[in-house]
Amino acid sequence: MSIFVDASTKVIVHGLTGGQARFHGLRNRDYGTRVVAGVNPAKGGQEVEGIPVFATAAEARAATGATASFVAVPAKVAPASILEAAAAGVELVVCITEGIPAQDEARVYSELRHNHPGTRLIGPNCPGLISPGKCNIGITAGEIALAGGPVGIVSRSGTLTYQALYELKQMGIGVTTCVGIGGDPVPGTSFVDCLEAFEADPETRAVMMIGEIGGSEEEKAAQFVSERMTKPVVSYIAGVTAPPGRRMGHAGAIISGSKGTAQAKMEALRAAGVQVALNPTEAGQLMGEVVKAL
Amino acid sequence: MDLFEYQGKQYFARYGIPVSPGEVAVTPDEVVAAAERLGYPVVVKAQVQVGGRGKAGGIKLAADASEARAHAEAIIGMDIKGHVVKRVWVEHASDIAREYYASFTLDRGAKAHLAMVSARGGVDIEQVAEEDPLAIARLHVDPYLGFSHEQARKLVDEAGLDAEAREGAADVLVALHRCFVEGDADLVEVNPLVLTPDGRVHALDAKVTLDDNAAFRHPEWEELAAVAEMDERERLARQMGLQYVGLDGDVGIIANGAGLAMSTCDVVNQVGGRPANFLDIGGGASAEVMANALEVITSDTNVRSIFVNIFGGITRCEEVANGIVTALGRVDIAVPMVVRLDGTNADQGRQILSTVESDELITAPSMMDAARLAVELAGRAK
Repeated sequence: MSIFVDASTKVIVHGLTGGQARFHGLRNRDYGTRVVAGVNPAKGGQEVEGIPVFATAAEARAATGATASFVAVPAKVAPASILEAAAAGVELVVCITEGIPAQDEARVYSELRHNHPGTRLIGPNCPGLISPGKCNIGITAGEIALAGGPVGIVSRSGTLTYQALYELKQMGIGVTTCVGIGGDPVPGTSFVDCLEAFEADPETRAVMMIGEIGGSEEEKAAQFVSERMTKPVVSYIAGVTAPPGRRMGHAGAIISGSKGTAQAKMEALRAAGVQVALNPTEAGQLMGEVVKAL
Repeated sequence: MDLFEYQGKQYFARYGIPVSPGEVAVTPDEVVAAAERLGYPVVVKAQVQVGGRGKAGGIKLAADASEARAHAEAIIGMDIKGHVVKRVWVEHASDIAREYYASFTLDRGAKAHLAMVSARGGVDIEQVAEEDPLAIARLHVDPYLGFSHEQARKLVDEAGLDAEAREGAADVLVALHRCFVEGDADLVEVNPLVLTPDGRVHALDAKVTLDDNAAFRHPEWEELAAVAEMDERERLARQMGLQYVGLDGDVGIIANGAGLAMSTCDVVNQVGGRPANFLDIGGGASAEVMANALEVITSDTNVRSIFVNIFGGITRCEEVANGIVTALGRVDIAVPMVVRLDGTNADQGRQILSTVESDELITAPSMMDAARLAVELAGRAK
């Protein structure tokens, strides 16, 4: 088992005809992901290395029965692509695009909730997700992940996600699903969403959670762990030595309160029974011990 | 990007938020000329991006030309908490009956806009929030459904603004929300929002933080950025499209992704070193970007060693390696460099680097090993 994707997931790649979308879309297919269609409004009817390209996501879904969309188009057009995919009825949209304006992100998040509650958005500004051996949507290098579980990974940072996969592979530990939720202000999927899914997934028996400074999602995750999780959680929070972030005026200070620092997050997680590592390597070692004891 | 008060007021005016007429000035002569045009009394306000200007003597009322000149001479060049005053804003003084507070920001936790209004403006709002949280009326605004005049009016009523100010304040709030959304701000804050004795409501101060990600649809921001206050290294990095924060250590850091860059700083610190900077070269970093990053790092004379920590995803390691080779030909790198490459095309990257490897350019197999080595080399260079 895995969360959000499996071997049957069929993927539409937006912008497959060029740039990053083509590079990573084809790499995802080479990995074994069922990439069934591309979308480009100006290039419907063409093919990219045998993958049919459609003018719209709706046509692509109708023709192929796709269940997921991979959005890797530039920030100017990514919000429209996310909404187009949701309107076409796919269950999952993975958006790796960085640099989307915060106002667009907030509006898209809210519009999905109102009009397309059946669609889950992962990202933006994330590495995507991978269920090793089954499905890889995004920019994770597939060879650094070992298949089979028992660990689920959820991370806000792209490169730290790869680091975590790599550390586990070095120890011969497999992963059910690794989800990069992205570090932007309004991610479509949160730590809590992923923890909930991992808790419900029988093959996932332990979870690694990688957070960073800012916001209060790690604190919410800590609360979820203490109230609802039965599976062990190991965590690492980046940014202990980061200079205090630029304060966003008084309004920002008021809503963030004392939350947001790495220390506050680590304390909240420890209090919830999470094992907290001080660097990615230690997180891997702690998880190694957890897995041995399962 | 944080705007100066005068830029914020000009930004407000574009969205129909009433502000006092005023002008920017950089010399006492300009201040007097502006004051003559605006009509006395005027207020001369230091333009610095730091709180507590008034207490520091950076805001003064002038009744005539000689007072305006005297205040201008005192304020221009003044040092307010490390910020030197380069320009002042001269505006016609407003008669104030009451002072309120209003703001919009994004509440990340609620994934919605947050409007805050208080009848207790003109003072430190954080203190108000601490002492009397109920004195601030709050409303979450759905970013898709938007903000109506009716909601604005309810919020103003709840905040207990004076009856004669409520309709005008609601109008300002609607315009302020439009400025927040269409103007792509992370924060718009008015403190104080004032009621004049003749019943008008307008913004007496303006705090605006713009979302840099939205710069592509705001060509007018270039003008605002031209006067932004920034560390020289940060300005150079920004020109090159790099995310850079200067720190005070001696190990220069280059990593891809904000998380890994932060983690690299943490790890350097854990093994006894001190990072000189945080530098994220972002996703899809090309050879050009890598060379630029090394140029920025080596412009910092405190740097004694460089730690390049790359985990390839969207960034391809062979491009990073090529970037390092290119940079060696372009930039004079006088300090040793430790490089750790993993992920997408790491083998190709390591192979490219093996052709230039030396005592001054060392590849390390793991992040912890690389950190230890970089810290040791920085220590040896002292």
